[in-house]
Amino acid sequence: MPGRAIGNSLLLILTLFIAGLWAFPIYWAIITSVKPEQDVIASTTFIPRVFDFSSYYFALFQTNLPTWYMNSVVTSVSVTVIVIVISMMCAYALSQIVFAGRRVLYFVILASFMVPSQALIISQFVLMQKLGLINTLSGIVLPQLIVPVVVIVYKQFFDSVPKELREAAKLDGCGEFQILFRLYLPLNWGITTALAIITYIMAWNAFMWPFLVSNSESTMTVTVGITQVDDAFGIKYARDMAVAILAAMPVAVAYLLFQKRVTQALMLSSGIKG
Amino acid sequence: MFASEGRKKALTVVLMVAPFVIVYLIVFAYPVYKMFALSFTNAPLIGDGQWVGFDNYIKLFSQKLFYTSMWNTGYFVLLSAVPNTLIGLALALMVVRLEGRLQSLVLVLFFIPYILPVSVVTTIWKWVLDQQFGIAQNVIQLFTGHPVSVFRDPIWAMPMVAFVTIWWTNGFNLLLFIAALKNIPKDYYEAAALDGASRLQAFRRITWPLIWPVTTLVLTLQLILQLKIFDQIYLLTEGGPFNSTYVLLLLVYREGFRLSHGGAASAIAVILFLIIVAASVLQYQLLRVRRAS
Repeated sequence: MPGRAIGNSLLLILTLFIAGLWAFPIYWAIITSVKPEQDVIASTTFIPRVFDFSSYYFALFQTNLPTWYMNSVVTSVSVTVIVIVISMMCAYALSQIVFAGRRVLYFVILASFMVPSQALIISQFVLMQKLGLINTLSGIVLPQLIVPVVVIVYKQFFDSVPKELREAAKLDGCGEFQILFRLYLPLNWGITTALAIITYIMAWNAFMWPFLVSNSESTMTVTVGITQVDDAFGIKYARDMAVAILAAMPVAVAYLLFQKRVTQALMLSSGIKG
Repeated sequence: MFASEGRKKALTVVLMVAPFVIVYLIVFAYPVYKMFALSFTNAPLIGDGQWVGFDNYIKLFSQKLFYTSMWNTGYFVLLSAVPNTLIGLALALMVVRLEGRLQSLVLVLFFIPYILPVSVVTTIWKWVLDQQFGIAQNVIQLFTGHPVSVFRDPIWAMPMVAFVTIWWTNGFNLLLFIAALKNIPKDYYEAAALDGASRLQAFRRITWPLIWPVTTLVLTLQLILQLKIFDQIYLLTEGGPFNSTYVLLLLVYREGFRLSHGGAASAIAVILFLIIVAASVLQYQLLRVRRAS
């Protein structure tokens, strides 16, 4: 069937072409960032004439980027650690311990999937104001701590751990906390890293809430801060691209290192077993 | 002995559940309640207001910008959710045919925009689509004969925001479709080939029915997600030009943060909330049908 073979190669070429086109804006941003500013608008060259890293120097040493970076690291790491720990403990109790109100709690968490956090911005802002947390990193972190899907995914995984292991640990005199952290956590280490990476990426990328709650440059995260750069310095595209690339670097690296885990976590949180 | 056992167990449960429940009550449940409560007051953003009953809602329904925002939100959902699903499916059908490392590489190329922060995405596209120097203007000129300032043109603005959104988020849909396609047993296709089925027939008789459930899942996920559009609009157009990209969340932002009408902003938030709950119920029903079948 030569027709089918030709069809296959054409499809292959088409697929590669579209994939290249899809990623092209990223490539274009990268090479723009290493061109001297005058080359950026002077010509459309797909490979830089000279490599000029002054835009990166500018981004790192003449803007607030280092501060925004620190803020992003502190807030996203805090969100990740706290979300994982409190969700895991709650999920363990829901999965393994019989207590009054267990079913109610589970259904409340399930129902909260429907609540769009974006609709809560006004009342959360009012609350943060009352707590005195506007323009603080805690104010950025707090409303991001409730991620119902993490609890649900953990519960499903804990449900499938064989009961015998738990019984054996109990006979050995382990308390629930010991069973959770010494037995269930190591058994579910894979899903823990998957959920942690995806939470970290989401927290790093969060825009709306950090944007609303921080209006001083000293408390902005990178994602919000980079939108301030062109306001202050006029449009300079090489600089803009360097700043954007630096802002995306921590999530891009995390994704490239942990591709499989990212995929797995996304599948699980959308309800498809990965 | 037993009493203390029980007390110990109760203490354990409390220690395990309390951190989540306390945070949940403070930053989630209370704000949900407060959103409803505020929507019946004339409160500014900061400070107390008085009970005004349904005034905010009545005013809202007489406000032109509200209808514009409702309409634009719907228009955006239509422009983004449906194409995003179809493009995801089309790309998945292409990518799933590749093998090994080539497939992983192509998947990364399609997926990487999804993990970028929204402000990075908009920065890149503002440059690519720049009216004077943007490289994409070469493509636009093929159709229009002249460069277009896409985010300042009332006709182009919303479709272009949708386009950027699709580029940004399609990787996720692609992933879900690929997972679904990989789950289809190979023997189905082998059997069909033996029966002399064409590629199109195989798609219609095997692939399509088997990925239909995922298609509805992706479509409804998209629907719910895109109803909440704010970031890209704020960063690309700020609702302009001439309110042609004004959406519901932007209206919440405007009333609440720009005009300091906390009460009115909450009323809009309540309406958005109700729309999303309705969409979620629809999705839940569809998923239940899917599990049952």
